[in-house]
Amino acid sequence: MAFWLELVISLLIVVGGCFVIVGSVGLVKLPDLMSRLHAPTKATTLGVGGALVASMLYFWGIEGKVSIHEVLITAFLFLTAPVTAHFVAKAYLHQHPEKKPELPPTGRPYGWSTYDAPPDSTAGQAGDVEAEKKD
Amino acid sequence: MIGYALTFGFFAVCLALMLNLWRLVQGPTLMDRVLAVDTMMINAIALIILYGIQQQTTLYFEAALLLAMFGFISTVAYCRFVLRGDVIE
Amino acid sequence: MADKRHKRTFWERWLPHPLMTLTLVLLWMLLLNSFTVGGLVMGLILGVVIPIITSSFWPERPPIRAYGKALSFMLLVAWDVVVANVIVARLILFHPPESLKTRWVTVPLDLKSPEAITVLAGTISMTPGTVSSDLSADGRSLLVHCLDAPDAEEAVMQMKTRYEARLKEIFP
Repeated sequence: MAFWLELVISLLIVVGGCFVIVGSVGLVKLPDLMSRLHAPTKATTLGVGGALVASMLYFWGIEGKVSIHEVLITAFLFLTAPVTAHFVAKAYLHQHPEKKPELPPTGRPYGWSTYDAPPDSTAGQAGDVEAEKKD
Repeated sequence: MIGYALTFGFFAVCLALMLNLWRLVQGPTLMDRVLAVDTMMINAIALIILYGIQQQTTLYFEAALLLAMFGFISTVAYCRFVLRGDVIE
Repeated sequence: MADKRHKRTFWERWLPHPLMTLTLVLLWMLLLNSFTVGGLVMGLILGVVIPIITSSFWPERPPIRAYGKALSFMLLVAWDVVVANVIVARLILFHPPESLKTRWVTVPLDLKSPEAITVLAGTISMTPGTVSSDLSADGRSLLVHCLDAPDAEEAVMQMKTRYEARLKEIFP
Protein backbone atom coordinates (compact mmCIF):
# COMPACT_ATOMS: atom_id res chain seq x y z
CA MET A 1 0.00 0.00 0.00
CA ALA A 2 1.24 3.45 -0.88
CA PHE A 3 2.66 5.54 1.94
CA TRP A 4 0.31 8.48 1.39
CA LEU A 5 -2.71 6.18 1.55
CA GLU A 6 -1.52 4.77 4.89
CA LEU A 7 -1.01 8.32 6.12
CA VAL A 8 -4.52 9.39 5.13
CA ILE A 9 -6.09 6.27 6.71
CA SER A 10 -4.16 6.75 9.97
CA LEU A 11 -5.11 10.42 10.06
CA LEU A 12 -8.78 9.60 9.54
CA ILE A 13 -8.75 6.99 12.32
CA VAL A 14 -7.03 9.38 14.75
CA VAL A 15 -9.34 12.30 13.92
CA GLY A 16 -12.39 10.03 14.20
CA GLY A 17 -11.17 8.75 17.58
CA CYS A 18 -10.70 12.33 18.81
CA PHE A 19 -14.27 13.25 17.81
CA VAL A 20 -15.67 10.14 19.49
CA ILE A 21 -13.89 11.12 22.74
CA VAL A 22 -15.04 14.74 22.48
CA GLY A 23 -18.66 13.67 22.02
CA SER A 24 -18.57 11.49 25.10
CA VAL A 25 -16.69 14.08 27.17
CA GLY A 26 -19.44 16.54 26.28
CA LEU A 27 -22.02 14.01 27.38
CA VAL A 28 -20.35 13.88 30.80
CA LYS A 29 -19.28 17.50 31.19
CA LEU A 30 -22.23 19.63 30.06
CA PRO A 31 -24.68 20.66 32.76
CA ASP A 32 -28.20 19.74 31.57
CA LEU A 33 -29.83 17.34 29.13
CA MET A 34 -30.61 19.85 26.39
CA SER A 35 -26.98 20.93 26.08
CA ARG A 36 -25.77 17.34 26.46
CA LEU A 37 -27.90 16.48 23.46
CA HIS A 38 -25.62 18.59 21.24
CA ALA A 39 -22.46 16.62 21.99
CA PRO A 40 -23.24 13.07 20.79
CA THR A 41 -25.46 13.98 17.83
CA LYS A 42 -22.71 16.08 16.28
CA ALA A 43 -19.34 14.85 17.42
CA THR A 44 -20.08 11.14 17.26
CA THR A 45 -21.49 11.06 13.74
CA LEU A 46 -18.25 12.55 12.40
CA GLY A 47 -16.24 10.18 14.60
CA VAL A 48 -17.94 7.13 13.12
CA GLY A 49 -17.84 8.79 9.70
CA GLY A 50 -14.04 9.09 9.94
CA ALA A 51 -13.69 5.41 10.87
CA LEU A 52 -15.98 4.38 8.01
CA VAL A 53 -14.10 6.41 5.38
CA ALA A 54 -10.84 4.96 6.74
CA SER A 55 -12.24 1.44 6.38
CA MET A 56 -13.38 2.22 2.83
CA LEU A 57 -9.91 3.46 1.82
CA TYR A 58 -8.17 0.59 3.62
CA PHE A 59 -10.05 -2.17 1.78
CA TRP A 60 -9.53 -0.26 -1.45
CA GLY A 61 -5.81 -0.24 -0.65
CA ILE A 62 -5.38 -3.94 0.19
CA GLU A 63 -7.90 -5.53 -2.21
CA GLY A 64 -7.72 -3.08 -5.09
CA LYS A 65 -11.50 -2.90 -5.47
CA VAL A 66 -13.72 -0.22 -4.05
CA SER A 67 -15.68 -1.23 -0.98
CA ILE A 68 -18.65 1.10 -0.95
CA HIS A 69 -21.09 -0.47 1.45
CA GLU A 70 -19.66 1.67 4.26
CA VAL A 71 -21.59 4.50 2.60
CA LEU A 72 -24.76 2.75 3.79
CA ILE A 73 -23.91 3.07 7.49
CA THR A 74 -22.75 6.67 7.06
CA ALA A 75 -25.97 7.63 5.26
CA PHE A 76 -28.07 5.76 7.84
CA LEU A 77 -26.37 7.51 10.75
CA PHE A 78 -26.71 10.94 9.11
CA LEU A 79 -30.42 10.35 8.52
CA THR A 80 -31.19 8.97 11.97
CA ALA A 81 -29.12 11.28 14.21
CA PRO A 82 -31.50 14.31 13.87
CA VAL A 83 -34.57 12.09 14.35
CA THR A 84 -33.12 10.63 17.55
CA ALA A 85 -32.19 14.10 18.84
CA HIS A 86 -35.68 15.45 18.10
CA PHE A 87 -37.32 12.49 19.82
CA VAL A 88 -35.13 12.71 22.92
CA ALA A 89 -35.77 16.48 23.21
CA LYS A 90 -39.51 16.00 22.79
CA ALA A 91 -39.67 13.16 25.33
CA TYR A 92 -37.63 15.27 27.77
CA LEU A 93 -40.03 18.21 27.44
CA HIS A 94 -42.95 15.82 27.85
CA GLN A 95 -41.48 14.39 31.05
CA HIS A 96 -40.65 17.79 32.55
CA PRO A 97 -43.73 20.02 32.34
CA GLU A 98 -41.98 22.49 34.69
CA LYS A 99 -39.83 23.53 31.68
CA LYS A 100 -42.86 25.02 29.95
CA PRO A 101 -42.45 28.61 31.30
CA GLU A 102 -38.81 28.66 30.08
CA LEU A 103 -39.79 28.16 26.44
CA PRO A 104 -40.16 31.22 24.21
CA PRO A 105 -43.59 32.08 22.78
CA THR A 106 -44.43 30.41 19.47
CA GLY A 107 -45.42 33.65 17.77
CA ARG A 108 -48.63 31.86 16.80
CA PRO A 109 -52.05 31.62 18.45
CA TYR A 110 -51.24 28.06 19.57
CA GLY A 111 -48.65 26.71 22.01
CA TRP A 112 -45.92 24.06 21.49
CA SER A 113 -47.27 20.73 20.32
CA THR A 114 -45.82 18.73 23.23
CA TYR A 115 -48.07 20.63 25.64
CA ASP A 116 -50.95 21.88 23.46
CA ALA A 117 -53.32 19.94 21.24
CA PRO A 118 -53.38 20.84 17.55
CA PRO A 119 -56.06 23.44 16.74
CA ASP A 120 -58.30 21.22 14.66
CA SER A 121 -57.33 17.70 13.70
CA THR A 122 -59.49 17.80 10.56
CA ALA A 123 -57.77 20.96 9.33
CA GLY A 124 -54.99 18.88 7.84
CA GLN A 125 -51.78 20.91 7.85
CA ALA A 126 -50.73 20.71 11.51
CA GLY A 127 -51.94 17.14 11.92
CA ASP A 128 -50.00 16.07 8.87
CA VAL A 129 -46.82 17.71 10.10
CA GLU A 130 -47.11 16.02 13.46
CA ALA A 131 -47.74 12.65 11.87
CA GLU A 132 -44.65 13.22 9.73
CA LYS A 133 -42.56 13.99 12.81
CA LYS A 134 -43.69 10.97 14.76
CA ASP A 135 -43.71 8.21 12.17
CA MET B 1 1.61 3.18 11.02
CA ILE B 2 -1.98 2.08 10.68
CA GLY B 3 -1.33 -0.24 13.63
CA TYR B 4 -0.49 2.69 15.92
CA ALA B 5 -3.49 4.65 14.65
CA LEU B 6 -5.71 1.64 15.33
CA THR B 7 -4.36 1.32 18.87
CA PHE B 8 -5.18 4.95 19.47
CA GLY B 9 -8.62 4.45 17.90
CA PHE B 10 -9.39 1.48 20.17
CA PHE B 11 -8.23 3.44 23.19
CA ALA B 12 -10.38 6.45 22.22
CA VAL B 13 -13.53 4.43 21.64
CA CYS B 14 -13.10 2.42 24.85
CA LEU B 15 -12.58 5.60 26.86
CA ALA B 16 -15.69 7.05 25.23
CA LEU B 17 -17.66 3.92 26.15
CA MET B 18 -16.52 4.20 29.78
CA LEU B 19 -17.63 7.86 29.87
CA ASN B 20 -21.01 6.88 28.41
CA LEU B 21 -21.33 4.15 31.01
CA TRP B 22 -20.69 6.73 33.72
CA ARG B 23 -23.51 8.88 32.31
CA LEU B 24 -25.75 5.82 32.06
CA VAL B 25 -25.26 5.00 35.75
CA GLN B 26 -25.23 8.61 36.95
CA GLY B 27 -27.83 10.19 34.66
CA PRO B 28 -30.22 12.28 36.74
CA THR B 29 -33.13 11.93 34.32
CA LEU B 30 -34.48 9.02 32.31
CA MET B 31 -33.74 10.71 28.99
CA ASP B 32 -30.07 11.11 29.98
CA ARG B 33 -29.87 7.33 30.21
CA VAL B 34 -31.59 6.88 26.85
CA LEU B 35 -29.14 9.34 25.29
CA ALA B 36 -26.20 7.53 26.90
CA VAL B 37 -27.33 4.17 25.49
CA ASP B 38 -27.82 5.72 22.06
CA THR B 39 -24.30 7.16 22.12
CA MET B 40 -22.92 3.81 23.32
CA MET B 41 -24.51 2.13 20.31
CA ILE B 42 -22.85 4.59 17.92
CA ASN B 43 -19.49 4.13 19.65
CA ALA B 44 -19.87 0.34 19.48
CA ILE B 45 -20.34 0.69 15.70
CA ALA B 46 -17.04 2.59 15.54
CA LEU B 47 -15.37 -0.18 17.59
CA ILE B 48 -16.65 -2.89 15.23
CA ILE B 49 -15.47 -0.97 12.14
CA LEU B 50 -12.00 -0.51 13.64
CA TYR B 51 -11.88 -4.22 14.56
CA GLY B 52 -12.80 -5.05 10.95
CA ILE B 53 -9.84 -2.96 9.73
CA GLN B 54 -7.50 -4.69 12.19
CA GLN B 55 -8.65 -8.18 11.19
CA GLN B 56 -8.62 -7.22 7.49
CA THR B 57 -12.11 -8.59 6.93
CA THR B 58 -15.42 -7.06 5.86
CA LEU B 59 -17.35 -9.80 7.68
CA TYR B 60 -18.18 -7.55 10.61
CA PHE B 61 -19.81 -4.94 8.42
CA GLU B 62 -23.25 -6.55 8.67
CA ALA B 63 -22.96 -6.59 12.47
CA ALA B 64 -22.26 -2.85 12.42
CA LEU B 65 -25.23 -2.19 10.14
CA LEU B 66 -27.56 -4.25 12.35
CA LEU B 67 -26.30 -2.47 15.45
CA ALA B 68 -26.96 0.91 13.82
CA MET B 69 -30.52 -0.12 13.03
CA PHE B 70 -31.22 -1.62 16.46
CA GLY B 71 -29.77 1.43 18.20
CA PHE B 72 -32.01 3.78 16.25
CA ILE B 73 -35.15 1.64 16.56
CA SER B 74 -34.72 1.06 20.31
CA THR B 75 -34.14 4.76 21.03
CA VAL B 76 -37.16 5.80 18.98
CA ALA B 77 -39.33 3.08 20.52
CA TYR B 78 -38.36 4.15 24.02
CA CYS B 79 -39.00 7.85 23.31
CA ARG B 80 -42.32 7.00 21.75
CA PHE B 81 -43.21 4.93 24.79
CA VAL B 82 -42.43 7.92 27.01
CA LEU B 83 -44.41 10.29 24.78
CA ARG B 84 -47.47 8.15 24.12
CA GLY B 85 -47.40 5.35 26.68
CA ASP B 86 -47.54 2.91 23.78
CA VAL B 87 -45.12 1.90 21.03
CA ILE B 88 -47.49 0.76 18.29
CA GLU B 89 -50.95 2.25 18.24
CA MET C 1 -55.98 9.38 -0.80
CA ALA C 2 -56.43 10.16 -4.44
CA ASP C 3 -59.83 10.39 -6.01
CA LYS C 4 -61.10 6.89 -6.70
CA ARG C 5 -62.60 7.88 -10.06
CA HIS C 6 -59.23 9.20 -11.26
CA LYS C 7 -58.04 6.75 -13.88
CA ARG C 8 -54.43 5.84 -13.28
CA THR C 9 -52.09 5.56 -16.21
CA PHE C 10 -49.86 2.55 -16.78
CA TRP C 11 -46.84 4.25 -15.21
CA GLU C 12 -48.78 5.46 -12.19
CA ARG C 13 -50.04 1.94 -11.66
CA TRP C 14 -46.81 -0.04 -11.98
CA LEU C 15 -44.08 2.52 -11.27
CA PRO C 16 -45.63 4.92 -8.74
CA HIS C 17 -42.34 6.28 -7.38
CA PRO C 18 -39.44 6.20 -9.89
CA LEU C 19 -37.11 7.93 -7.43
CA MET C 20 -37.86 5.36 -4.73
CA THR C 21 -37.25 2.53 -7.21
CA LEU C 22 -33.88 4.07 -8.05
CA THR C 23 -33.00 4.44 -4.36
CA LEU C 24 -33.94 0.84 -3.59
CA VAL C 25 -31.86 -0.53 -6.48
CA LEU C 26 -28.92 1.58 -5.34
CA LEU C 27 -29.34 0.41 -1.72
CA TRP C 28 -29.44 -3.23 -2.82
CA MET C 29 -26.29 -2.82 -4.89
CA LEU C 30 -24.51 -1.12 -1.97
CA LEU C 31 -25.57 -3.93 0.36
CA LEU C 32 -24.19 -6.58 -2.01
CA ASN C 33 -20.94 -4.60 -2.34
CA SER C 34 -20.15 -6.10 -5.75
CA PHE C 35 -21.66 -5.70 -9.17
CA THR C 36 -23.30 -8.80 -10.68
CA VAL C 37 -26.09 -9.02 -13.23
CA GLY C 38 -28.07 -11.35 -10.95
CA GLY C 39 -27.82 -8.83 -8.13
CA LEU C 40 -28.98 -6.04 -10.41
CA VAL C 41 -32.02 -8.08 -11.53
CA MET C 42 -32.91 -8.90 -7.93
CA GLY C 43 -32.51 -5.22 -7.02
CA LEU C 44 -34.78 -4.19 -9.90
CA ILE C 45 -37.44 -6.71 -8.82
CA LEU C 46 -37.32 -5.37 -5.25
CA GLY C 47 -37.29 -1.79 -6.53
CA VAL C 48 -40.47 -2.37 -8.55
CA VAL C 49 -42.37 -4.57 -6.09
CA ILE C 50 -41.77 -2.63 -2.84
CA PRO C 51 -43.18 0.75 -4.07
CA ILE C 52 -46.29 -1.05 -5.42
CA ILE C 53 -46.90 -2.94 -2.15
CA THR C 54 -46.36 0.13 0.03
CA SER C 55 -48.00 2.66 -2.31
CA SER C 56 -50.93 3.19 0.05
CA PHE C 57 -48.49 4.68 2.61
CA TRP C 58 -47.38 7.44 0.21
CA PRO C 59 -50.25 8.39 -2.05
CA GLU C 60 -48.39 11.37 -3.49
CA ARG C 61 -44.91 11.89 -4.86
CA PRO C 62 -42.61 14.19 -2.86
CA PRO C 63 -42.96 17.73 -4.22
CA ILE C 64 -39.30 18.16 -5.17
CA ARG C 65 -38.84 20.35 -8.24
CA ALA C 66 -35.17 21.32 -8.51
CA TYR C 67 -32.97 18.22 -8.27
CA GLY C 68 -29.75 20.14 -9.01
CA LYS C 69 -30.46 22.56 -6.18
CA ALA C 70 -31.26 19.61 -3.89
CA LEU C 71 -27.83 18.16 -4.64
CA SER C 72 -26.02 21.45 -3.98
CA PHE C 73 -28.05 21.81 -0.76
CA MET C 74 -26.84 18.37 0.36
CA LEU C 75 -23.21 19.33 -0.32
CA LEU C 76 -23.69 22.58 1.62
CA VAL C 77 -25.14 20.64 4.58
CA ALA C 78 -22.30 18.09 4.45
CA TRP C 79 -19.75 20.90 4.64
CA ASP C 80 -21.69 22.60 7.46
CA VAL C 81 -21.78 19.33 9.42
CA VAL C 82 -17.97 19.18 9.38
CA VAL C 83 -17.73 22.84 10.47
CA ALA C 84 -20.38 22.21 13.14
CA ASN C 85 -18.37 19.34 14.56
CA VAL C 86 -15.25 21.48 14.94
CA ILE C 87 -17.21 24.35 16.52
CA VAL C 88 -19.03 22.09 18.99
CA ALA C 89 -15.81 20.24 19.84
CA ARG C 90 -14.11 23.57 20.63
CA LEU C 91 -17.06 24.69 22.75
CA ILE C 92 -17.03 21.44 24.72
CA LEU C 93 -13.27 21.29 25.30
CA PHE C 94 -12.20 24.89 25.84
CA HIS C 95 -15.20 26.70 27.29
CA PRO C 96 -16.31 26.20 30.88
CA PRO C 97 -19.96 25.05 30.78
CA GLU C 98 -21.09 28.10 32.78
CA SER C 99 -19.89 30.54 30.11
CA LEU C 100 -22.02 28.96 27.36
CA LYS C 101 -25.08 31.02 26.50
CA THR C 102 -27.60 28.23 25.96
CA ARG C 103 -31.04 29.45 24.99
CA TRP C 104 -34.26 28.51 23.23
CA VAL C 105 -35.20 30.34 20.06
CA THR C 106 -38.36 30.28 17.96
CA VAL C 107 -37.97 30.00 14.20
CA PRO C 108 -41.12 31.09 12.35
CA LEU C 109 -41.59 28.89 9.28
CA ASP C 110 -42.44 30.05 5.77
CA LEU C 111 -42.33 26.47 4.49
CA LYS C 112 -45.67 24.70 4.19
CA SER C 113 -45.15 21.10 3.13
CA PRO C 114 -44.40 18.54 5.89
CA GLU C 115 -41.49 17.10 3.90
CA ALA C 116 -39.79 20.48 3.66
CA ILE C 117 -40.28 21.16 7.39
CA THR C 118 -38.86 17.72 8.23
CA VAL C 119 -35.78 18.37 6.08
CA LEU C 120 -35.31 21.80 7.67
CA ALA C 121 -35.62 20.38 11.20
CA GLY C 122 -33.11 17.62 10.37
CA THR C 123 -30.68 20.11 8.85
CA ILE C 124 -30.90 22.37 11.90
CA SER C 125 -30.23 19.41 14.19
CA MET C 126 -27.10 18.44 12.26
CA THR C 127 -25.51 21.92 12.04
CA PRO C 128 -23.64 24.30 14.39
CA GLY C 129 -24.78 23.97 17.99
CA THR C 130 -28.51 23.82 17.30
CA VAL C 131 -31.08 21.07 17.91
CA SER C 132 -34.70 21.34 16.75
CA SER C 133 -36.85 20.24 19.67
CA ASP C 134 -40.50 20.88 19.01
CA LEU C 135 -43.06 22.25 16.62
CA SER C 136 -45.87 24.65 17.46
CA ALA C 137 -49.30 23.00 17.62
CA ASP C 138 -50.33 24.44 14.26
CA GLY C 139 -47.03 23.42 12.65
CA ARG C 140 -45.94 26.94 11.69
CA SER C 141 -42.95 27.57 13.96
CA LEU C 142 -40.03 25.51 15.18
CA LEU C 143 -38.51 25.41 18.67
CA VAL C 144 -34.71 25.28 18.45
CA HIS C 145 -32.23 24.88 21.30
CA CYS C 146 -28.90 26.67 20.80
CA LEU C 147 -25.76 25.55 22.62
CA ASP C 148 -24.04 28.92 22.35
CA ALA C 149 -25.97 31.86 20.91
CA PRO C 150 -25.04 35.33 22.20
CA ASP C 151 -27.61 36.90 19.86
CA ALA C 152 -30.90 35.08 19.33
CA GLU C 153 -32.05 37.28 16.42
CA GLU C 154 -28.88 36.62 14.48
CA ALA C 155 -29.08 32.85 14.98
CA VAL C 156 -32.67 32.79 13.68
CA MET C 157 -31.78 34.97 10.71
CA GLN C 158 -28.86 32.70 9.80
CA MET C 159 -31.03 29.57 9.84
CA LYS C 160 -33.69 31.28 7.73
CA THR C 161 -31.38 32.70 5.10
CA ARG C 162 -28.94 29.80 4.89
CA TYR C 163 -31.30 26.81 4.87
CA GLU C 164 -34.93 27.84 4.64
CA ALA C 165 -34.46 30.12 1.62
CA ARG C 166 -32.77 27.28 -0.27
CA LEU C 167 -35.40 24.74 0.77
CA LYS C 168 -38.13 27.09 -0.46
CA GLU C 169 -36.65 26.82 -3.95
CA ILE C 170 -36.42 23.02 -3.75
CA PHE C 171 -39.94 22.47 -2.35
CA PRO C 172 -42.11 25.10 -4.04
